[in-house]
Amino acid sequence: MLSSKKTILEAKGISKYFGTITALENVNLSVQEGECLGVVGDNGAGKTTLMKVLSGLYKPSKGELYFNGNKEVLESPRDSQNLGLEMVYQDLALAGNLPIGENIFLGREPTKNLGFLKFLDYKKIKEMSEAHLDKLKIHVKSADQKVEELSGGQRQAIAIARATAFNSKLVIMDEPTAALAIKEVGKVLDLINGLKKIGVSVIIISHRMDDIFAVCDRVTALFQGTNFAEAELSKTSRDEVIGWIMGKK
Amino acid sequence: MDNKKEIKKDSLFLKAIPYFDKYGILILLLIMIIALHIMQPEVFLSWRNITNVFKQISWQSMLALGVFIVIVTAGIDLSVGSILMLSLMVLAITSKAGAAWYVVILIPIVMGALCGMVNGLGITILRMPHPFIMTLGTLYIFRGTGNLISGGVPISGFTDEVRILGNGRIDLTWLGLEKSQYLPVSVILIIVVFFLMWVFLNHTRTGKWIYAIGGNPNAARAAGINVNKILVIVYSLCGLLAGFGALILAGRTDSGYPNAGLNAELDAIAACIIGGVFYFIFKLFPIDNNLVFMISGLVVITIRLLAVKFKIALPSIYKKLI
Repeated sequence: MLSSKKTILEAKGISKYFGTITALENVNLSVQEGECLGVVGDNGAGKTTLMKVLSGLYKPSKGELYFNGNKEVLESPRDSQNLGLEMVYQDLALAGNLPIGENIFLGREPTKNLGFLKFLDYKKIKEMSEAHLDKLKIHVKSADQKVEELSGGQRQAIAIARATAFNSKLVIMDEPTAALAIKEVGKVLDLINGLKKIGVSVIIISHRMDDIFAVCDRVTALFQGTNFAEAELSKTSRDEVIGWIMGKK
Repeated sequence: MDNKKEIKKDSLFLKAIPYFDKYGILILLLIMIIALHIMQPEVFLSWRNITNVFKQISWQSMLALGVFIVIVTAGIDLSVGSILMLSLMVLAITSKAGAAWYVVILIPIVMGALCGMVNGLGITILRMPHPFIMTLGTLYIFRGTGNLISGGVPISGFTDEVRILGNGRIDLTWLGLEKSQYLPVSVILIIVVFFLMWVFLNHTRTGKWIYAIGGNPNAARAAGINVNKILVIVYSLCGLLAGFGALILAGRTDSGYPNAGLNAELDAIAACIIGGVFYFIFKLFPIDNNLVFMISGLVVITIRLLAVKFKIALPSIYKKLI
C-alpha cells in the first residue's frame, strides 16, 4: 500500500563526521506522502544529527538527499524550507521576547516594501497567524501574547504552527512531547494526527513508546550512527522496538 | 469589614508595582530635577542650563543608542568611546588638510562604520568567544590608532558647516523669546535620530531580526536568518552612530582632542541599563518604550555630571543608583 504513495524525501548513504567522531555512517531513510515515520534510538545514536542534516543545518560529509525524486544540496535551513521541509527543534527555537505571530513568521515576515527598506506588515502578521492557529485548532488568548508567557505545551503548539505556516510537505519533530505535562502530550499528538489528515508527512523523534504507537505508521531505529532496524508499526511490538533501542534484535 | 478594606489596599499597592517598574526612571528623574532646583533655584532650571544638558547628551546619546542596539542582540560594545575618538581625529586631520566641508562631515561617519565593521567581523568570522573580548581589544587599538595618526596632540579649528550639528542654534526670537533663548540643533538631531532608530528597530524586518537574535540566536538561525550578517550590520551601525557622535562633538568643542570619549562607553552602557534595556532582557519591560527610557537614563547621568560641576553633593542613595 505504501509503495503506491509518492516518496517525499529520501536520504541515501548519509555520513556525518565531526572531526574524528563519527555521528552517522551510511544511513538511509525515506518518507512517503502523508506518512508519519518514527525515529528511535539511544542517546547519541545520531537521531538529532540526522534530522539536522535533513533540514540543512548540517552539511552531510557523504551521501545524497532527494526531495520528490530530485537531488538537492542544502546550504541552509532556508533551502529546505523552500522545498517544503520544516523542523521543530527540541529546544523549540522560538524567540521568547517576540509575540506569537511574529514567531510564526520569523524570517519570512510579510512586508510592505519601500525601496530597499522592508517594513513589517503587523496587521497581516496578526490576521494570517490567527487564521492559521484557528485552522490547527490551537487556542491562545491572542497572537500578540509573548511566547515566554506560554506554557510548554502551548509553546510546542506554536512551534508546530510555525513549521506548518507555509504549506509544508514534511515536518520533522525532535522530541515534541519531552518535558510536557500528560494533558499537553495528548494535545500535541492530536495536532500531529491532524497534520497527517491534511496530507503533511511527519518525522517524529521520540523516546516515548506511547507517542510512537499513537501516531506513527512506520518506525525506524538508529544504533550508534547506523540503520539498525525498520518495520511498519502494525508488524512490530513495543518490546521489539525497545529492544532495537538497546541494540538487540 | 475592616479586613476587606485592608485587602483592597494591598491589592492597590500590588497593582501599582508594575507602574513603578515601568515609570520608576521618570519618577527618579523628576525627583532629581526638583531636588537640584531647590538647591540651585537660580541656575538649574534656567534656559541656558537646560540647553546645556541637551547639548551635552547629544553626542553621548548617539553612543548610547549604538550600544543599545548591540545590547538588544545580547552583546556588548566597549569600544564606542575609542571609535568616537578615532573618528574625531580623522575628522580633525582631514579638516586641517583643507578638504571640502562635506568630505569632513562624511569621513567620521564612514570611519565609525568601518571600525564597527571590524568589531562585527571579529566577533562573527574570527569567532571571538564573546563580544566583550573583541571590543575590549579594539577599545585600545582604536584609541592607540587615533593617538598615532594625530601625534597625541589636539587639533582645533573647523569650518562652520562642520560645526552646525553640534553648535548650531535655532533662533526663537520670532516666538517672542530673548536672543539667548535659542534651541540647539542637537536637540532636534537627537529626536530625529532616535525616531529613525525606533522605526528601524520596531517596524522593519531587519530590526525585528535584531530582537529575535537577542531573544534566541538559535531560533533566528533556524528561521533562516543570516545571524552573522545581522550582527555585522548591528556593530557597524553602532560604530556609525559613534562616528556621528564624533561629528557632533567636533561641532561642540571645535577641536579634536586625544581624551575625547574617554570612559564614554561606561556612560553609554549605564544609560542603557538605567534606561531599562536590561529590564527587557530580564523580561520585565515592554520593548517599544525602551528608547524613551534610555534618553531619561542619559538625562539622569548628565544631571549627575552637572551636579558634580555645581559642587552639589548628591545624597548617597543616588550615587549608589547611578
